[in-house]
Amino acid sequence: MDNFEPLIAVFSCHYCSYAAADLAGSSRIQYPPNIRIIKVPCTGRVSVNHILMALEDGSDGVYVAGCLKGTCHFIRGNYKAEKRVQYVKDLLSEINIEPERVQMYFMSAAEGTKFANVALEMTEAIKKIGHSPLNKSRS
Amino acid sequence: MNTELRIGVFICHCGINIAGVLDIKGLCEYAKALPNVVTAQANLFTCAETGTSAIKKAVKDNNLNRVVVAACTPRTHEPLFRASCKEAGINPFLFEMVNIREHCSWVHRHNKDAAQAKAGDLIRMAVAKAAFLEPIETFKSKVEPLTLVIGSGIAGMTSALALADQGFEVILIEKEENMGGLLRHLHKIAPANVAASELIEEKIAAIKKNKRIKYFTSAILEEVTGYVGNFSVRFSCGNDSYTCKVGVIIVATGGIPLRPEGLFNYDGKNVITQSELEIKLKKRDIEAKSIVMIQCAGARIPERNYCSRICCMVAIKNCLYLKDIIKDAKIFVLFRDIQAYGVENEALLLKAREAGVRFIRYRPDTPPVVENGKVKIYHPAMGKEIFLPADLVVLSTPIVAHDDAESISRILKVPINGNKFFLEAHAKLSPLDFAFNGIYLCGNARYPATVREATCQALGAASRACITLSHDTIERVGTVASVQEELCSTCFTCIKVCPYNVPYINERGRAEIEPMQCQGCGICVAECPAEAIEFKYISDKQIMAACEALLAS
Repeated sequence: MDNFEPLIAVFSCHYCSYAAADLAGSSRIQYPPNIRIIKVPCTGRVSVNHILMALEDGSDGVYVAGCLKGTCHFIRGNYKAEKRVQYVKDLLSEINIEPERVQMYFMSAAEGTKFANVALEMTEAIKKIGHSPLNKSRS
Repeated sequence: MNTELRIGVFICHCGINIAGVLDIKGLCEYAKALPNVVTAQANLFTCAETGTSAIKKAVKDNNLNRVVVAACTPRTHEPLFRASCKEAGINPFLFEMVNIREHCSWVHRHNKDAAQAKAGDLIRMAVAKAAFLEPIETFKSKVEPLTLVIGSGIAGMTSALALADQGFEVILIEKEENMGGLLRHLHKIAPANVAASELIEEKIAAIKKNKRIKYFTSAILEEVTGYVGNFSVRFSCGNDSYTCKVGVIIVATGGIPLRPEGLFNYDGKNVITQSELEIKLKKRDIEAKSIVMIQCAGARIPERNYCSRICCMVAIKNCLYLKDIIKDAKIFVLFRDIQAYGVENEALLLKAREAGVRFIRYRPDTPPVVENGKVKIYHPAMGKEIFLPADLVVLSTPIVAHDDAESISRILKVPINGNKFFLEAHAKLSPLDFAFNGIYLCGNARYPATVREATCQALGAASRACITLSHDTIERVGTVASVQEELCSTCFTCIKVCPYNVPYINERGRAEIEPMQCQGCGICVAECPAEAIEFKYISDKQIMAACEALLAS
């Protein structure tokens, strides 16, 4: 368990969190290499199914990273995403899977540091929770 | 697509930016072994001429029908590579980009093994996704070279004249009987010291003379449908109803100073507003010797939590004009914070101080109290309450939105904020645009503005409008959602969730999305319970393929 390196899928919106990840890069802010970004135009594009698929397909954690509240490029896509993330959390609780494996974050395109911190926070959190029971290939 | 998938992967060294951390050769070998990959090549700089030529050559040599570039961020370089694909003869949307620089080599440079593994994973996910990319075409739509300007204050008239000067026809509608807006009632404009009436009469005359501008007064906007380049507008003017086709719309509906009913004993006689003072100044009908102005009257309070920005400058300006007329006038300005931005306004503030105008700060918890002929105020420097004589009290009230702002926002399907000011698409990046293409914004309708600011914004909005008007047709990339009618169960979900109110129920009773209006966020696609909405740009299949490739199979 000590050497457990979780795999974390990130749904990142083009306008904010993806740009924040770019900024973390150009600022050379180092963060754990456990996340894999899937770019979407808006977090509102991410459906409940997508999050569940990412879990089913082997990630130990999933988070959706959208624009700050009130600044979504598409007005309210991030609120939709937040609701869907909550829905998935409730669903996971019902089947006894830690809801903390799925999170919603909000950040601006200027928050490279926040992007890196979130990646670190999520990696640490999932390390504590452990392997996803859905990750068949590893169990 | 039934044709065999032939994917080419191009991996960029980016000098040492990527190659300094990752083993590019190893990544190439890895990519070559992935399903459907025909060729994988390394380039020193894929974005350089040599790199893009290499892509074009490889497409030809290997008969590629998908291109994957692993390099820097698509936010800067995707357009370049899409163009290369187009030049190579494949649809620019059969292209996928992987960020192994900002998201990998730069952020994991002390952990080369993990970075290498991550880069491999990212390339694998992109290749998997690339298999489901679909060609996306651009489409064209005609532009009506006509503009509707709503509101004929300084902002509306300025933008109408600017558009007419550029050779475009304008329809200008004004809900009141006369054109001119707020300036009709004002005295003089600082810092230029121009009479408001002069300024406005000049503009009105220019509008009336201009053959390209049709103006309608007492005109009420009733309905707007359509999209950029092709809006249908209906408005009424008295008993007549008019319909017209316009390409763009400029919202210059302005604002109005708050009537401070119930505030500071406002009575319109001895306690008046700045705009009422200006009417008196115009007529030179003032006898008061001791005048107290109260700033932020009805502003920056819980129910109106914004700073109206211009009232401090209005007060300073009027203090100076009062001093001009009544040499021995004693003027006190009670303020919370002074907002006199810009060199000239700072200079006017100093001038007012030099002329003997006294400025006393008050805090919202100890506001001034107006009682017959006196104003009670806690003086922070003296540490006690004092009484100021006041023949006249002038309240600086904020500009508030018009009552009809809400209905206009509904008609145009554009947002307003909590204070009912119109909300631009982005405060910094597109301050004069709405999120809805083809509708622009200027002047007090957006936020309290000085005449100079309103003019600048009006010229800016006109210039934004010209971008659309100067083309016969507009081209749009089809990165939009479309309903597959046979799957639609008319549940209205898309209609409810679309932030731009684009979907509607068509004559066949099914949802339909007008591609010219769709902004391509994908919210409806994710919400549609019947999965009836297609989104070729980022399809479910693509996302699922990327998810499936999260782990190496």
